[in-house]
Amino acid sequence: MQRPESLRAAIAGSHADLLGRHLHVNLAEMGRVLTADLTGARVLLRTSDQLFAALALIELDGVAARIVICPPDVKPDHLPSVIERAAIDVVVGEDPALALEGMRFEELHPPVPGAAVAVSRKTEWVLFTSGTTGAPKMVAHTLEGLTGAIRPATADDVVWGTFYDIRRYGGLQILLRALLGHASLILSDANEDVAGFLARLAPVTHLTGTPSHWRRALMSPANARVNPRYVRLSGEIADQAVLDSLKARFPEAAIGHAYASTEAGVGFEVTDGLEGFPASFIGRPGAVEMKVENGTLHIRSPRTASEYVGGGALLNDGWVDTTDMVEQRGARFYFVGRTGGIINVGGLKINPEEVEAVINRHPDVRASRVSGRKNPITGAIVVADIVANDNATLKEEILALCREKLPAFKVPAMLRVVPALELTAGGKISRA
Amino acid sequence: MSVETIVRAEFETVAREQEKTLTGLSDDTVLLESGLDSLCFAIIVARLEDQLGVDPFTASEDVYFPVTMGDFIKFYQDAAA
Repeated sequence: MQRPESLRAAIAGSHADLLGRHLHVNLAEMGRVLTADLTGARVLLRTSDQLFAALALIELDGVAARIVICPPDVKPDHLPSVIERAAIDVVVGEDPALALEGMRFEELHPPVPGAAVAVSRKTEWVLFTSGTTGAPKMVAHTLEGLTGAIRPATADDVVWGTFYDIRRYGGLQILLRALLGHASLILSDANEDVAGFLARLAPVTHLTGTPSHWRRALMSPANARVNPRYVRLSGEIADQAVLDSLKARFPEAAIGHAYASTEAGVGFEVTDGLEGFPASFIGRPGAVEMKVENGTLHIRSPRTASEYVGGGALLNDGWVDTTDMVEQRGARFYFVGRTGGIINVGGLKINPEEVEAVINRHPDVRASRVSGRKNPITGAIVVADIVANDNATLKEEILALCREKLPAFKVPAMLRVVPALELTAGGKISRA
Repeated sequence: MSVETIVRAEFETVAREQEKTLTGLSDDTVLLESGLDSLCFAIIVARLEDQLGVDPFTASEDVYFPVTMGDFIKFYQDAAA
């Protein structure tokens, strides 16, 4: 497929719609969403509404030198470090409340007629990785790499819908698929319940989300209103139960689960309705090379991120270690967890050390160990074992501390006070 | 305590901890309209596994996701029976 020079070029001639809960934009009337010309700027894109983020990306790709896409749950405490590491010049958002002290701010507005700013460069797209300790890590992508897995549209009546947020890798893939294919896209609103969003999804032909998103949709009677012909899962391990329930609910639909990550890009898609992936994928020729080393899946492809912004090696001879552990049984590989204890809650990744660092700030806590507990609703939940001087309000105090410092999905769902934590021979907390 | 009592108490507890407002918990309340999110359900299922010794989501051979509060309670009653 011919790769577009810029996102603006890719949507030329498109009459597709971007449909938010409150704002509908027809791309034929895209115009301008910023008053200022941000040619060459390094932009922090910080929006409340993901539709505004989509519009800003169309306007700024090929114009800005760098766009750092801020996902919705980043704590404001972490932004000064992001701004410093990414050498940000200007913050862009749809509401002055999103401005940051001491930083230039440019306000996004709904599209108004106006000539697009000339495309003058390859913009660096910067995404936040999840599962890191403290300040979020950022990786750099190019539009070419991000769109590398996208095949030409084969039908002209496609309407995409996604449970993802387009400000993260999985959702951004769907935004780009829709824009390049001149297909409409329906996006959720932060304050919208599942039933309300499912009701708006009635026109979709292609619907995507994590296994946890899909389990939630299957629990809603409002799913009766959607009837996609293509169902896609990624971002977490798709187990056989969720694949089978989707097949039972949407018997006519093609159901695929894809492997992708912010660092490794889109790896592959599995369409045979079975969990895991065929062993023949390992070592097969093609743009995406895969190997298993030390039990984890490694990927080398033009779609991987190039580097961590602000330092840190990502690639080893071009390979990304996904840290997803796989196990071969017969002619198939199955995902069995992650190295480093990373916990995946509904597609959002959590580094246990980050949560432990917050718990350990409580003056009565002597040690803590955070781990994932397998869960049929969200894949896993965060649990914590704590060594502490117990008192009647200890658990409440720790949870209050976590809620203040961490997004909800990282806050331990269960706290247990234990007499001691086992240590390894090296004196580290045992995570086995 | 009956399975139903334990399940209902767990809904109340998790709602309070997660600072969610329950809109009602009658048998025909749709779970996703009860005011709880996926994370709340995940926590409820884990706590019920500890209390009742069953996780019918994982144990069940049939693929099934309960839709209403009544379905959910019956799911656990059947599994615990």
